[in-house]
Amino acid sequence: MSRSLLRTVAIPLAAVVFGLLIGAVLILSQNASPTAAYSALVVGGLGDADSFLRTLQKATPLIFGGLAVAFAFKAGMFNIGGQGQLLVGAVFAAGVGFGIDGLPIFVHLPAALVAGALAGAVWGGIAGALKATTGAHEVIVTIMLNFVAGNLTDWLSANPWKDNSGNNIVARTPLVEDSATIPTMGAVPVGFILAIVVAVGCWFVLERTTYGFEVRSVGHNRNAAQYSGIKVGWIMASTMAVAGMLAGLGGAVESLGVDGRFEAGVNVGLGFEGITIALLARANPLGVIPAALLVGLMEAGASRMQFKAGVAPELIDVIQALILFFVAAPIIIRWVLRMRADNSEQLQLGAGWGKS
Amino acid sequence: MTARQKQLLYVGAALLVVMSWTFYAADGPQTTAVLAGTVRAATLLALGAMCGMIGERSGVVNIGIEGQFLLSAFAAFTIASMTGSLFLGTVAGIGMGLIMGWMLAAMAVGLKVDQIIAGTVLNIAALGLTSFFYDRSRSLGMGKYTNIDLGPLAEIPLVGTVFFSRPPLTYLTMVLLVVVHIALFRSVWGMRTRAIGEHPGAADTVGIDVLKLRYFNVTIAGGLAGLGGSYLALEAVGTFSRAMSGGRGFLALAVMIFGRRTPFGAYAAALFFGFTTALQNQFQLNNTFDIPPQFVGMLPFVVTIIVVALSGLIGSMRDPAALGQVYEKG
Repeated sequence: MSRSLLRTVAIPLAAVVFGLLIGAVLILSQNASPTAAYSALVVGGLGDADSFLRTLQKATPLIFGGLAVAFAFKAGMFNIGGQGQLLVGAVFAAGVGFGIDGLPIFVHLPAALVAGALAGAVWGGIAGALKATTGAHEVIVTIMLNFVAGNLTDWLSANPWKDNSGNNIVARTPLVEDSATIPTMGAVPVGFILAIVVAVGCWFVLERTTYGFEVRSVGHNRNAAQYSGIKVGWIMASTMAVAGMLAGLGGAVESLGVDGRFEAGVNVGLGFEGITIALLARANPLGVIPAALLVGLMEAGASRMQFKAGVAPELIDVIQALILFFVAAPIIIRWVLRMRADNSEQLQLGAGWGKS
Repeated sequence: MTARQKQLLYVGAALLVVMSWTFYAADGPQTTAVLAGTVRAATLLALGAMCGMIGERSGVVNIGIEGQFLLSAFAAFTIASMTGSLFLGTVAGIGMGLIMGWMLAAMAVGLKVDQIIAGTVLNIAALGLTSFFYDRSRSLGMGKYTNIDLGPLAEIPLVGTVFFSRPPLTYLTMVLLVVVHIALFRSVWGMRTRAIGEHPGAADTVGIDVLKLRYFNVTIAGGLAGLGGSYLALEAVGTFSRAMSGGRGFLALAVMIFGRRTPFGAYAAALFFGFTTALQNQFQLNNTFDIPPQFVGMLPFVVTIIVVALSGLIGSMRDPAALGQVYEKG
């Protein structure tokens, strides 16, 4: 491992270790054994083919969610609306998935995925367009759009798109057709492969294309980018649309590959985990993959941890918050590990709510 | 505020009064219920907005209000249920708010973490911690705070029930609105606070310790959000449930922006947002219109988006100049 790569991963790795250590203290406070809990966590996430599949399944939307945050970060924007973008993506993918009948899989499945991606793109694009035209801060707008999406998807799955089979009273859509279901190859869900491809695609776009250069320029210095002739408004709006599209794809993969339908309330919280993933990955699209695998593993093993060691699965959320804290405040880790400061470490978004 | 804006404000207020009385004459109980619900919803938003305001006036964005509400509500509920005292519960809620305010300050001011990320850490941590330690079997044996009638004032029809027959924390909030207003605009502390939010460099040269004051303000502001959490658990709802703050910490930010970072402006905005919430509840209860509840539920959030977009367009609503920026003593 080269020295620079080591430096890059040192802080996230240390953050994970610190998070797990404090998590161990919490486990002790509940009169449980940290070793039993953590080993159950690992076995539950990697023990056999089934749990491995579950880890990959859990990691898939996290990759998309992480990319949705990371991509916007590159343009200096904070997309906290992954949750809403994921929800609309999930419901519209399911809508196309169960609503159309008799298409071959190579037409139906892509159509459903595209529907989810487009819905997410619209949701993210609204925030981006408002930011570009009125200066409305994307943090507030995307948070509000999360709630609007929650209500909209609730309504869709409880009224026009409700599953009326049997005596179902749950707000959910019918199961999607087989021709819109994402298959599994051995122990690897195809959705996961798609996520990897998309992550590499994001890296390529950001690092190797003119558009990516413009995005990063806007992120580094908006005024300088404007001065050098980059259409800053367009970059901000389109970046948010791409970010929304990524989250929407994540929702689509959930509906079409994991749940088989959209059910209100099932995907809650997935969008917010994208923030942890993106920060853990230092907003690097390729770094998102290992970060998502790590968190996915914890989530896949959480129920076994509860079963074997009697620790509430919500511990995972606490550990994630701790990891986020240590990644966001690397100064603590540097102080403990006696590392030298590195300017590239600090992420800055800053600024107020109005025009900037 | 310009003279024209003032005129508009008065006309609007007068219209509101006339309308409420007309509705009250037509359907007394319903109107009272909606307006009482308005004040109920506005209290929490006003507390959150004041928390955000003190932070932003000193140059620190606080998007962690949601988490501050949630964890404080949890602390207030747990302590009240353990000790059987609503008062001790309220104190615990405020204490938790102060701790979280201090943590935000430690991250955003001390460790110079990006302020928006620091707030997000608070939100995610609060959701995780409260879910992890949530104990379903707890309850408030003695019930929640009950209404206190303010003597003859409570006898006034409509206004009496809506404003003067309220539980204690609502009154406390109304008093705090005045206190914060005077503190921000009529005290030395307020002047210094606004100075470090507008031009920390200049404030520094006249001897104000920018970082120390930011630390202090963000911590104290957390206490206001903590009171909001106590209010939520012990007065508004009377129990704790997972993610019970339900986005109102974020709405409080919109209320703050809408109210131009002034306590009274924020309260007016909070009443407006509270009204949409109360109306939504009333619609749901009575099936007044044939609108799906989910669409009525979107209303406050859609309104917020419009408000934030407009506040960007209307240049007069200006952020404190140093908002969101790390201050390095140079």
